[in-house]
Amino acid sequence: MRKSSSGMSRALVRRETTAGYLFLLPSLFFFIVFVIYPMFMCIYTSLFDSNMGKNTVDVFIGLDNYKELFQDQIFLRALKNTIVIVVVSVPTVCAFSLWVASAIYDMHPAFTSAFRCIFYLPVVTGSVAVTVVWKWMYNNYYGIFNYLLKGAGVIENNINWLGDARYALWCIILILFTTSVGQPIVLYVSALGNVDKTLVEAAEVDGATKTQVFWKVKWAQIMPTTLYILVITTINSFQCFALIQLLTSGGPNHSTDTVMYYIYYTAFKLYRFGYGNAMGVVLMVIIAILSAIQFKLGQTDS
Amino acid sequence: MKKILALLLAALMVLSLAACGGGSSAPAAEAPAAEAPAAEEPAAEAPAAEEPAAAASEITLWTYPIGNWGNAETVDALMADFEAATGIKVTVEYLDYTNGDDQVNSNLEGGGAPDLIMEGPERLVANWGAKGYMVDISDLWDDTDKAEVNPACVAACFTADGACYEYPVVMTAHCMAINYDAFVEAGADQYVDLESHTWTTEQFTQAVKALYDHFGGTVAAVFCGGQGGDQGTRALINNLYGGTFTNAEHTAYTADSEENVKALELLKGMDGIDFDAGIVGGDEIALFYNETLKMAFCWNIAQQLNPNSAGTGEELTLNGQKIEFMSFPSETGESALQGGIWGFGIFDNGDPAKIEAAKTFIKYFCDGEGTAAAVKAANYFAVRDTAEGIDLSGIWADNAIMKEYTKLMPYLGDYYQVTAGWATARTEWWNMLQRIGSGGDIAEEVAVFVTNANAAAAAEA
Amino acid sequence: MLKGKSLTYRIVAFVLVVILALLFTFPLYWIVTGSFKTQREINAPAPSWWPSEWTIKNYETLMSKMKAPLWEFSVPFSQYFNDDGTATVVSTGPTVPAAVRWMLNTIWMAAAAMLLTCLTAALAGYALAKKRFIGRTLIFTLIVCAMALPKQVILIPLIREMNGLRLYNTLSAVVYPIVGWPFGVFLIKQFAEGVPGEILEAARIDGAGEIKTFTTIAYPMIKPGVGALAIFTFINSWNDYFMQLIMLSSTKNLTISLGIAKMQAENSTDFGLIMAGAAFAAVPIIIVFLIFQKYFTKGITMGAVKG
Repeated sequence: MRKSSSGMSRALVRRETTAGYLFLLPSLFFFIVFVIYPMFMCIYTSLFDSNMGKNTVDVFIGLDNYKELFQDQIFLRALKNTIVIVVVSVPTVCAFSLWVASAIYDMHPAFTSAFRCIFYLPVVTGSVAVTVVWKWMYNNYYGIFNYLLKGAGVIENNINWLGDARYALWCIILILFTTSVGQPIVLYVSALGNVDKTLVEAAEVDGATKTQVFWKVKWAQIMPTTLYILVITTINSFQCFALIQLLTSGGPNHSTDTVMYYIYYTAFKLYRFGYGNAMGVVLMVIIAILSAIQFKLGQTDS
Repeated sequence: MKKILALLLAALMVLSLAACGGGSSAPAAEAPAAEAPAAEEPAAEAPAAEEPAAAASEITLWTYPIGNWGNAETVDALMADFEAATGIKVTVEYLDYTNGDDQVNSNLEGGGAPDLIMEGPERLVANWGAKGYMVDISDLWDDTDKAEVNPACVAACFTADGACYEYPVVMTAHCMAINYDAFVEAGADQYVDLESHTWTTEQFTQAVKALYDHFGGTVAAVFCGGQGGDQGTRALINNLYGGTFTNAEHTAYTADSEENVKALELLKGMDGIDFDAGIVGGDEIALFYNETLKMAFCWNIAQQLNPNSAGTGEELTLNGQKIEFMSFPSETGESALQGGIWGFGIFDNGDPAKIEAAKTFIKYFCDGEGTAAAVKAANYFAVRDTAEGIDLSGIWADNAIMKEYTKLMPYLGDYYQVTAGWATARTEWWNMLQRIGSGGDIAEEVAVFVTNANAAAAAEA
Repeated sequence: MLKGKSLTYRIVAFVLVVILALLFTFPLYWIVTGSFKTQREINAPAPSWWPSEWTIKNYETLMSKMKAPLWEFSVPFSQYFNDDGTATVVSTGPTVPAAVRWMLNTIWMAAAAMLLTCLTAALAGYALAKKRFIGRTLIFTLIVCAMALPKQVILIPLIREMNGLRLYNTLSAVVYPIVGWPFGVFLIKQFAEGVPGEILEAARIDGAGEIKTFTTIAYPMIKPGVGALAIFTFINSWNDYFMQLIMLSSTKNLTISLGIAKMQAENSTDFGLIMAGAAFAAVPIIIVFLIFQKYFTKGITMGAVKG
């Protein structure tokens, strides 16, 4: 049943369509009601000057929100920060977790599972709790980073990690990193453990070096895992919110504002729903394009 | 077999989610739903709001953690007394200052607002009231009430056109605090007057210098990591040279005045004072409490009674050093302190019976037999000396610290938090301090602040 | 490949991994020890690596500060028939510390999201991969585009919608958008592509119905994918602070992370209490992870994924 439906009888097409939609029904219900519908409402409201208030009336303003958006320095900065977070954290998370996984997957099983758990800990500890600890570690006056770096003579004066626009975003990225690598490591460990050993041995017999074995044989076999990890890490990085809300409120000087945080801020602190929705639409478009590209790449690769 | 089981389980899950869901939805949630989305767009089919005729016997109250009004045990006792007296059952929810505003806002948007809310005029009057979510309760005031209640509180709770969205019950003056033992150690105690708890700008600069010379590092922090505790930085900067935050009519922000610029320049240039974008008011208190900082700008009587809420002794730091509260320094020593006013407001959920019950509640706790207990629970000062003939002046007679603190109350300044555009002004304020802290030109940055804040004020007015 | 790496490399790698592991363990270590420290110790500027004086006061505060009924069941959908929009409650549990209820809420929410997502995604992913029907490309394109969409983007319409559906301030309001999120469908579809069409065809010729074909032939083959999705959904909804923050407000409806955040006072943070709450929240799920880690990791082989 590859290729066109022209080869199938009409009855078969009808049968396939009915069955297909019946299978899809539960999923489509949730998808349409809780994703597609709000998405359309989001686009619709973004054309209005819509504010919070019981007696306010939405005024249709066409594309004015979008015009304002692209002149809004804070939004552009937030967009830039969002991209930095994604561009930095996705490859580092993938590379780091692949390295850790390759270091631990062939250890004694007890070690493997112990390490796997440990790297998973920040994921299950929960963002609120992890944030409290990190906030203490970054503390300007007696935080552990300043304590260690000063002790080691690397820095002379305390660095106000979260209060300095030069460092704050990187501090956020570091926390995001520790809470993101858990799942990729688990996945890579099991993927590496499932690499077809006969292929590896065959390559070794043929005189391939270790590097060659890794890139030519193993890498290809764990490619699907890598793709999956790329996708989930991208999603996670885009969704980075709690860290920013709890640690920096987007500051200092908007250096840690992300589009996600700025939408929330516009909606809940400035009460400008239409404008917030316009941002949402822009982000939606960007993400849709990114996803499509990622998907296309994934398709051609395998 | 297993599959059928799994299917059944999932079906059960949906059903029971519905079960849990329904049971959990807030009471009285639906009335505004009928109106709010209708004005916006056809977001949802609006249920017809049918009014029950009988007087409501159950209402909901949300409180921010105002003294022990954030403590379930205390509040439960108060509510039990109230129910015994009136037969009205009050369900209480506790908000926090981190997420509380978001929760109220999303409930207003989502149609789950409570009947009663306890907070200050900047939220109840200037924000939710101005946006049309609150019930006008000016009918609860008679002339006696208006005469009895502190005039600043009356002014803050009424809007320019005579509507009232909050009935105040307690007030305080926000102040600053010093680590007196550290002052003595650094020889800075000569600059403070513990009798009057006031000092001048000159004495303040001398004290900071002495502390910095002795301890080095950061003596005090102009915290600006977010809006938490920002009343402290505002009061500090406004008082140093007698600047104001808004004009007297509460129509425009005036933080760009010469006095304020001068004050910011002074602070920026002082050794030992850092603009710290890494902390907010609460963090500052923690740092002051553990003796890292020698002064705190985010302070009030509640902190004085229980520093850092740690329960390790009144007026004492972590290691038992003595904390003294001070008014903010000013050129004359007479400062204008930022007030804190707290009271109750009623959300308009479209149900007259609930509104009636909520008014009974306000009468009972703000102007009636429950007032003394309500004030005690809040750990602040009553906004009036008598309520319906009950004398309230002696509530804190037995508490030496509270009594001493009343010395600051005459300095209570203008309650400008009710100015239009307040939410924007608040966030613009700490953003401005961040920019100044990281080297921005002071005159330029205050101009940006004033422009943005006034634009927001104009948009709201 | 034991012989694949030199000994030196293995030792260096081991040491590095151990150091990293220590760093990763630190937050949890700090939370757990911190939860047993006194106010004095936890607020001190100098870090104390081990509680000098153990106290359970933080846990006592956690358990006594707020209370909530252990459960509350009501007639499903009754909120749509009652005039005031509230559901008819049929059973209310005994009053317990709110932290316990928050824990139950969180587990319930994450489990419901996981089961519903897996079920709907398994069915839909299979259909998208193996059924040739009209509109398939359109639906799949929509799914791919919406897949990475952060929920913040649609938060405002979503709040209004939940209000209209009378689901606002319920766990359902958190769960349903997670279920609707199409990433799961995409993932399962990729797995299901690997199911050979010939087998399905054969089953059909043998007279097996659609459901039977799915449950006996397709499902076992996409099971690893469902496993991966289950874990991903569970953890993600557990940590989805944002949706919880926006959608929930009553004390009895909170999740554990929201509850912890709620325990802070205006201008002071009771770190001991926060640590106790955090430990209370983290330890159970870590134990679950330790017990089930074999299942967590065994089934997840991405080898079956075809891009």
